[in-house]
Amino acid sequence: MSEEKGTFNQLRSNQKASSVEVYATLPGPDDVKRQQLDNGIVLLCRENFNSPSVVISGTLTAGGIFDPDEKLGLADFTASALMRGTTKHSFYQIYDILESSGAGIGFGCGVNSLSFSGRALAEDLPVLLGLLAEILQYPTFPEEHIEKLRTQIMTGLAIRDQDTGDMAGLLFDRIVYDKHPYSRPIDGYRETVANIDRSNIVDFHNQTYGPKGMVMAIVGAVEPSYAIEVVDRVLGSWRNSDQRLSPELPPVVPLPKTVTQRVNIPGKYQADIIMGGAGPSSCSPEYLAASLGNSVLGQFGMMGRIGEVVREKAGLAYYAYSNLSGGIGPGPWYVSAGVDPQNVERAIDLILAEIKRFVKEGVSESELRDSQEQYVGSLPLAFESNAGVATSLINLERFHQGLDYFRRFPGLVRNVTPEEVLQVTQRYLDPEHLGIAVAGPE
Amino acid sequence: MLDDIKRIKFSNGLLVLLKEIHTAPLISQWIWYRVGGRDEFPGITGISHWVEHMQFKGTPQFPQGVLEKLIASQGGVWNAFTYLDWTAYFETMPADKIDLALRLEADRMRNTLFEDEIVNAERTVIISERQGAENEPLFRLNEAFHQAAFKAHPYSHDVIGSLEDLTRMDRDDLYKHYRTYYVPNNAVLALAGDFEGERILERLVEIYEPVDSGKEPPRLGIVEPRQTSQRRVVVDGPGETAYIKIGWHIPPATNPDFWALNVLGSLLTGPSSHSIIGGGISNKTSRLYQVIVEGELGVSVSGSLPATIDPHLFEITIVLNKNQDAETAINAVGEVIQQMQESPPTEQNVARAVKQAKALFAYGSESITNQAAWLGFTEMFASYEWFRSYLDNLAKVTTYDVQEMAQKYFTPQNLVLAIYRPTGNMDENE
Repeated sequence: MSEEKGTFNQLRSNQKASSVEVYATLPGPDDVKRQQLDNGIVLLCRENFNSPSVVISGTLTAGGIFDPDEKLGLADFTASALMRGTTKHSFYQIYDILESSGAGIGFGCGVNSLSFSGRALAEDLPVLLGLLAEILQYPTFPEEHIEKLRTQIMTGLAIRDQDTGDMAGLLFDRIVYDKHPYSRPIDGYRETVANIDRSNIVDFHNQTYGPKGMVMAIVGAVEPSYAIEVVDRVLGSWRNSDQRLSPELPPVVPLPKTVTQRVNIPGKYQADIIMGGAGPSSCSPEYLAASLGNSVLGQFGMMGRIGEVVREKAGLAYYAYSNLSGGIGPGPWYVSAGVDPQNVERAIDLILAEIKRFVKEGVSESELRDSQEQYVGSLPLAFESNAGVATSLINLERFHQGLDYFRRFPGLVRNVTPEEVLQVTQRYLDPEHLGIAVAGPE
Repeated sequence: MLDDIKRIKFSNGLLVLLKEIHTAPLISQWIWYRVGGRDEFPGITGISHWVEHMQFKGTPQFPQGVLEKLIASQGGVWNAFTYLDWTAYFETMPADKIDLALRLEADRMRNTLFEDEIVNAERTVIISERQGAENEPLFRLNEAFHQAAFKAHPYSHDVIGSLEDLTRMDRDDLYKHYRTYYVPNNAVLALAGDFEGERILERLVEIYEPVDSGKEPPRLGIVEPRQTSQRRVVVDGPGETAYIKIGWHIPPATNPDFWALNVLGSLLTGPSSHSIIGGGISNKTSRLYQVIVEGELGVSVSGSLPATIDPHLFEITIVLNKNQDAETAINAVGEVIQQMQESPPTEQNVARAVKQAKALFAYGSESITNQAAWLGFTEMFASYEWFRSYLDNLAKVTTYDVQEMAQKYFTPQNLVLAIYRPTGNMDENE
């Protein structure tokens, strides 16, 4: 490879450096406008006139953490029902407005938050924001739609029961997050969804939806000051004195030993394995070191060390990788693989051996450097699309990273040492205390 | 997004498309080969996809493991896709690192190693990929659906290939396929991003022109005989949920009818982005959503109008509500089709389809990777002119054209049906 290096250097000197300065293209305090409205809503806006489109993205605190056990799935059900009608528009009218202009709005629910996203041609931004504001504040939850949605959710749960990946994930969460809110599936169970009625949904909306804790990003072909003006007009007067604040997440109780459980799904051709534990929150100072460690373990190149051992060398799986979920709370850090049911034990043994080696030896200087360079070098890719920028801006706010985070990011990444990676790995991925979940045919 | 495109044919037959975009310090390179499921026959189904996997296994210059490390450590992303008509590879890199991607693709156009041991290790990986897909009822249904729809044409098999062929094929089959189709005269190189056209072109000439052209790759040239009566297939499998596929044979993307079919599809099941790239728009006001989902027959309905070289299908996919009967849903679709045949839609409906397409184009032009992808993608079944004139062609569609399409193609004898019957419900159905 020495010759290759020579060629690189030659090229660098021959080829004009990029005409666009890398750091100037990353979102920062000089081109992201942040404003908090009087009612608490935080807005982050960044213009991009390269395409005539605009994206909105945001979160509210109305997540599944508020769900009573016997009505698990309530937050998710409420989110699904939001666009079924408002005091001004019917379900059909809402979608007619959106689809006629090629626009869209969607909602998704997590444990800690309700998220939304939307997009439109820039000329239609006022329509998009007007509808969003109406849907958030004045949904009517028509009874007829509640029953239709219940049928759809029940079918979704029946499909989930047949999905080896979903079922392994559910089982994994139950093992690792025993008695923690993260142990519960956001879409609930058939019996808990059956318990939910319209009044529960109306109450849930009244008690958890509100401007406090709401964050919204608007990115695209609009002037930030104009975008803020429109949001203030449609959402600035929103108040909800009944809005409950998210409870603190309890700590995760470590497993006393490695726990392996299986769920049998007959008639399938492949089994899914998920193994790992609870990881650090994205807000944690340890997160970046864990993330770089995770890259070496099961992401970098063709799925890191895990991919090398399970896919490349043993040929056992099409996918075998590790993932660090992060988020507001202690999201999971896990290895996932889909294998022939006959190879489940072999794959678990190989992955376990890799985790043991990882926790004992850590990462080498060169492995860490490769991942560091990837993190720094690929940063502009995260901002290729308006949606990518919007998601990143929301995370800046939610994880308290500051508007200059992306400008500081290269330094933060390069400062992580192999020792820090080793420490954080040992804290979170103890091979003697893992949760191991397998779903597939026996 | 199609202004200022440079289109150059190299002496070895490689078609090069360049688009300068100076919005971010990135360059995306896509290389498209005209090879896919369409070039496969029983015995070698899945070979194009397997060759695509082998393209990540290294060359003497860039051995296995080195490739992905180089791309990743320079901050790039890369991937590949195999489809019915084509196989595509892309790298999106920081602009000052693009040279690596250029040299890599030129190198693996001719020099990929096909070592026996690695071929065999990859065999089990691909079989595992297939098993993962087989876990999904819709994969199994799609496979049966296309087998029923195409009796002669290779669109009958899924791109991943049959288990039997994946078990049988060997290194020599793969290598022959690679050498036959991976030639510059069978490829299109699309580059978009932060470069200076003349300079990058000089570099592309240096890197790609030395790759020798090959013989014009052979084509199977199979024409699917016209279907003369309705076809129906049933797949049994685990679960509680039933799925339906409904399709009609339609002409390819270059046929003038494609535009009116596009509008018809948009009215029936929502707008199509025709592509692997970029999302769509919701379809809740579409006619079939209203009848199927609002009518509580199914939980979702979607449509697709693939842009292919040879005639394919307009396809509808329905996920049924529990305890709903497949025949009721099929009949409901039939009634909607009959309405479309009996009376034309309004002009407003057609205008709306145009606006939706305009919005999808705007979303698609946000990212440099997408822009480079579209450049090459359209060359696989038409040319970038197809894309350039897309909105104009849609705008020319009249309400009567749409009605005519429903009458011409959505006939009972042109219909293909496939039903996934969950074994939990078998007793009720029988």
